[in-house]
Amino acid sequence: MRTEAKVLLGLGLFFGVMSAVYWNWGHENAGSVMMFAGMLLCFVPGSYYFWWSRRMRARPEDDPNATQAQGAGVVGAFPGTSIWPFTLGMGAFFVVLALVFGIWFLIPGLGLVVWALFGGTAEGRRGGSQ
Amino acid sequence: MTDVLDPPIAAEHHEHEEHHGPTGILKWMTSTDHKVIGMSYTVTSVIMMVIGGALAEVIRAQLTTSNNSLVSFAQYNELFTMHGSVMIYLFVGPFAFGALANIIVPIQIGAPDMAFPRLNALSYWLYLTGSITMLSGFFVAGGAANFGWVAYAPLSNSINTPGAGADLWIGALLLTGFSAIFTGVNLCATVFYLRAPGMTMFRMPIFTWNLLITAILILLAFPVLTAGLIMLYCDRHFGTHIFSVQGGGVPVLWQHIFWFWGHPEVYILALPFFGMVTEIIAVFSRKPVFGYKGMVFATLSIGALSLGVWAHHMFTTGVVLLPFFSIMSLLIAVPTGIKMFNWIGTMWRGEVWFSTAMLMAVGFLITFLIGGLTGIYLASPPLDFFTHDTYFVVAHFHSIVMALVLGAMGGLYYWGPKITGYLLNETIGKIQFWFLFIGTQVFTLPMYLLGLRGMPRRVATYVLHPSWQVLNQISTVGAILVGVSTVAFMVNVVYSWKKYPAGDNPWDGHTLEWFTTSPPPHHNFYRLPQIRSERPTWDYNHPGHTAAEHGHHHEPHQEPHDEVPVA
Repeated sequence: MRTEAKVLLGLGLFFGVMSAVYWNWGHENAGSVMMFAGMLLCFVPGSYYFWWSRRMRARPEDDPNATQAQGAGVVGAFPGTSIWPFTLGMGAFFVVLALVFGIWFLIPGLGLVVWALFGGTAEGRRGGSQ
Repeated sequence: MTDVLDPPIAAEHHEHEEHHGPTGILKWMTSTDHKVIGMSYTVTSVIMMVIGGALAEVIRAQLTTSNNSLVSFAQYNELFTMHGSVMIYLFVGPFAFGALANIIVPIQIGAPDMAFPRLNALSYWLYLTGSITMLSGFFVAGGAANFGWVAYAPLSNSINTPGAGADLWIGALLLTGFSAIFTGVNLCATVFYLRAPGMTMFRMPIFTWNLLITAILILLAFPVLTAGLIMLYCDRHFGTHIFSVQGGGVPVLWQHIFWFWGHPEVYILALPFFGMVTEIIAVFSRKPVFGYKGMVFATLSIGALSLGVWAHHMFTTGVVLLPFFSIMSLLIAVPTGIKMFNWIGTMWRGEVWFSTAMLMAVGFLITFLIGGLTGIYLASPPLDFFTHDTYFVVAHFHSIVMALVLGAMGGLYYWGPKITGYLLNETIGKIQFWFLFIGTQVFTLPMYLLGLRGMPRRVATYVLHPSWQVLNQISTVGAILVGVSTVAFMVNVVYSWKKYPAGDNPWDGHTLEWFTTSPPPHHNFYRLPQIRSERPTWDYNHPGHTAAEHGHHHEPHQEPHDEVPVA
């Protein structure tokens, strides 16, 4: 956890310094703001990881002497097969086509998106198909 | 939903082995297995490479003679726009972080799957539909997008580029952009949370490290492009004036936004291939990676610096801070040089085995060096003023991206056996390499001279000028050689189809993917070795060598280590 935090905080710090230097030297808005936002994007997860790294024991994957047995148990829940990513993808496709070919494409597009959101959520709660 | 047990325990439950699911097209549509999704990505992106390559061959045919009229000016604009767009947005990136990363990264860190398998599937569907959206531009009235792959304002507004082709291009990039963002989220979460016990961050293979930095860069860069595209769409259709001078907007803002995505994108494309050749060179030199930590920090500094160099594409606009961007761009040469040094150091005094994958990796080094060194010229504003928008720039970035194609082919030859279980034919592979490598140099090197002699980019014809014509013809010959190499690859796939069983570890590999079966089972591992260095599989297969920390190569005199993997 600590290394992950250091990577993100280090990158964020660098972007922050760069943003400050660039703003003071070039007075250009767009780039300064984008680099500042880059700093925030690294600091938010980075500080979260840092906060946790000081409060939790090293996970087996952070322990250089861990044995495979230490990782025994449930790693996580993984879905089997699922049709909903496909449905959601097709919905997004139709929504984008609506940007080009006309607003009526939104009807099937948003329909598929909403259907996939409900279907995918229900599948997650139910436990999914194997 | 399966509760995935840790590999040692999963090994006792053999229902994983006989995992039944849908087959055929339904498997393709519903699978959330990272290997199936990665395979779909691989096939789709290689098809995109062939389409983009075919467009390039037409461009080269048009430029073979002066005043040629094989295609009209309007068609030529579509051709170079779509060639660039297909190759950048639909081939190189998705091949790097969608195809090989998707398959290899979870296995390299000992994970059963990506962290968010359904999100991973959604990434693929957005990528596929985005590709279809972009290519369908060829079938609408007015043709495909024709404003160059960078879509500079005000050329890309609704007056200068009306028609559905441009909107389809914008829509396609929205879809593939979200696809990339989701893949970035997935890769970060996988690397942070699903590593096997003992796989500390500084034991991850360099490929995984590079993909982690790539994923962070994707998260920093792609949302900016997506926002810019929405602004562009609003300018085109909703009457906003974000990029138009008439309404008080700033056209150069588009360039800032585009390149703030576009330059990190160059590293998003390149870093995965850096990782690939690092793995290939280490395995085929039978040595650990030279300067492992140096490699990691070089990648991190490339990633950090890449966010501060975007305006070197805009030197000639006259409104950017030249010294800042010049210094930052030149600084990137330092970590890249460290990498180059480490690649050579890895090969140095190793038992180098010039298999096809290794040849491709060495070809990558040479081609990338040519492209990288000319990049240093272009980072200098006085030289950039002279060569901006000439074929010198075209040659520079084609050296870079053709190096990436060499790396991609190396990756396919190296990891293909792991994914499919079958090797490709080495003789045809070597023929392919020589066509690809020589063809690349023959088609890029004349472009450098063309650029220095003043030939501008994006022109459909040129007046008769003896030296331009000869150089263009040489370049066309090179493009044909590259085309032949692609045909050789397809011939090889057909010829070697299920002919040469690979076994689990055909190259005596270092990293965890070579510990499992080829192809890996559902959820990847029946068992895992103890992880005590950055090359656990090699340590397991060569017990005479003790676990080597970070490239220290112990002599094989120690007692065999008794750490038996939990079976």
